Amino acid sequence: MAPAVRPRDEVVCAVRGLTKTYPAVRGRRGTPATPEVRAIDDVRLDIRRGEIFGLLGPNGAGKSTLVRQLTGLMRPDTGSVEILGHDIVRHPERAARILAYLGQESTALDELTVSLAAETTGRLRGLDVRRARSERDAVLDELGLTAIAGRPLKKLSGGQRRLACFAAALVGERPLLVLDEPTTGMDPVARRAVWSAVDRRRAEHGTTVLLVTHNVIEAETVLDRVAVLDQGRIIACDTPAGLKEQVAGEVRVELVWRERAPLDVPEVAGLRERAAESGRRWTLRLAPEEARAVVATVTGGAAFAALDDFTLATPSLEDVYLALGGAARQGLVRT
Amino acid sequence: MVLESGREREQRQVSVVPAEVLSGGAPAVDEPVRRPAELGPRARLWPSLVAVYRAQLSRARVARIPLLFVATFQSVGILVMMRGVVEGGREAESVVAGSAVLVVAFVALNLLAQYFGQLRASGGLDHYATLPVPPAAVVLGAAGAYASFTVPGTVVTAVFGCALFGLPVTHLWVLAAVIPLAGAALAGLGAACGLLAPRPELATLLGQLGMSAALLLGVLPPDRMPEPVRFLRDLLPSTYGVEALARTFGKGPDWAYVGVDLAVCAAVGVVSLAVATWAYRRAAVR
Ligand SMILES: Nc1ncnc2c1ncn2[C@@H]1O[C@H](COP(=O)(O)OP(=O)(O)OP(=O)(O)O)[C@@H](O)[C@H]1O
Ligand SMILES: [Mg+2]
Repeated sequence: MAPAVRPRDEVVCAVRGLTKTYPAVRGRRGTPATPEVRAIDDVRLDIRRGEIFGLLGPNGAGKSTLVRQLTGLMRPDTGSVEILGHDIVRHPERAARILAYLGQESTALDELTVSLAAETTGRLRGLDVRRARSERDAVLDELGLTAIAGRPLKKLSGGQRRLACFAAALVGERPLLVLDEPTTGMDPVARRAVWSAVDRRRAEHGTTVLLVTHNVIEAETVLDRVAVLDQGRIIACDTPAGLKEQVAGEVRVELVWRERAPLDVPEVAGLRERAAESGRRWTLRLAPEEARAVVATVTGGAAFAALDDFTLATPSLEDVYLALGGAARQGLVRT
Repeated sequence: MVLESGREREQRQVSVVPAEVLSGGAPAVDEPVRRPAELGPRARLWPSLVAVYRAQLSRARVARIPLLFVATFQSVGILVMMRGVVEGGREAESVVAGSAVLVVAFVALNLLAQYFGQLRASGGLDHYATLPVPPAAVVLGAAGAYASFTVPGTVVTAVFGCALFGLPVTHLWVLAAVIPLAGAALAGLGAACGLLAPRPELATLLGQLGMSAALLLGVLPPDRMPEPVRFLRDLLPSTYGVEALARTFGKGPDWAYVGVDLAVCAAVGVVSLAVATWAYRRAAVR
């Protein structure tokens, strides 16, 4: 049924050998020197038409730096970025005519009303007044923002403001949407509004989406493919299901102690070095039979009195993220 | 393979995209896109300038920019203070013209430098830089709006000053030329400072210094200044706005001189706005 060469295999955004190093800054009085940082290191990516492609990675992994290079906001040291056949490194100004970008900051729009922010953005995207207004009305309605259209962004809640900025990004249709953590601070209703708006554009126009996210749950549910970024390198790139297969042989065990872990129980003390501790919570990733043994240990005998709660779960993208990205720092078991 | 048109591709897309999940671990597709896609429209200079201008004007309504009132109070205060020192005649004309143009310096130079400095530091320029809008539209729209903000304060100060010093208001209509031209010169300088300063504190500092210079060198009558200070005064673009306005208070103003002064403002405006536009381009793509 599917054609041999499916349209979605068409590469919308091709990145090759992209590298960016922030220069060292010499220290002055009061400000310590910062060493050179290789924020993006030889990155290669292909984003295909119509997919929602995610960038996932710990803080400082280089996600924003990468996205800023793709949107023409920052010149890479070396490497190439091609979006829909246009060389963005040589012609950064073309990016603005191909993609819509939702950055993490809203300062340019903060003092405008929701309605004017959307309309002005549309006009600056090249729409005439009538088109800008009708698209503005349609988008605000679609996202459920009509009731607060007359209020300035500054006076809105964090989630509402984010949604208003997202609305502005949608006025004046573009084949590629680049969204840097679009749903930060949003409640489930607003999130659903965002994802259904994205889905509609995907179905109607084949819109491609590049999404930066920290939220692994969101990553699992909305992304078609995800690249895991760590210290400027892409350490994995696959579908969420494909990535999860890498840790499929494991089970995640979470133990929550009442006050503190009963380290006087030898089995518990033995587990400690394999656990990621955060307060009273221990997280372990174990082979299934090991997990069963651990559960047996902590639910019977002396340890049980100290146990507040425990869960046993199949691995999520979070485990992949930790295993691949945060592993070294958090002392988790590497796969 | 026959190349398909974009429209056909879009229609096929509808049936293929939503439900499908890609097979895991598919290797990257290497073939590049064959033809560059059509680019979206560019926003044209005039319409986008108007859009930026409107948005900036509405900011004043939303933010109420309390400093707009401070600008007026400051100038009115200076007038009242100088009333005790200055008798009248040429000196009074300088004081009134200087105080009126000081409002322009405060808002267009100082506040605009702050605005652009903060916008740049907080990443707000990214918003404009990822829209296909000509840099000049962003700079001119903002500069125009800030120049407009100065209108009420400047008019109030000039009228109050005329009443206080007994000067004729006959030729105050010349403000209609002084405000936009001095506004262009000072807003251009303010925008350039804000966009060129490496840190926002420096932008604020430069704006403040510019305003202080306009205050000290513009309000005080030049006849009492020592030579080097008078030279500095000649370098300051606001001076020409002050001179143009001051000349019109006398009997039978020499309109040729007024025109020359205003032409200097216009020239500085053109140059400084061009510099600001260049600075914007530089700040937008790092
Ligand atoms: N302007 C800059 N100058 C120097 N170093 C920078 C600059 N911006 C970012 N870096 C460094 O580059 C690296 C990547 O930063 P980047 O902002 O791209 O990370 P990120 O993945 O977006 O992080 P987050 O999830 O916290 O947003 C970090 O080590 C950061 O400290
Ligand atoms: Mg970031």
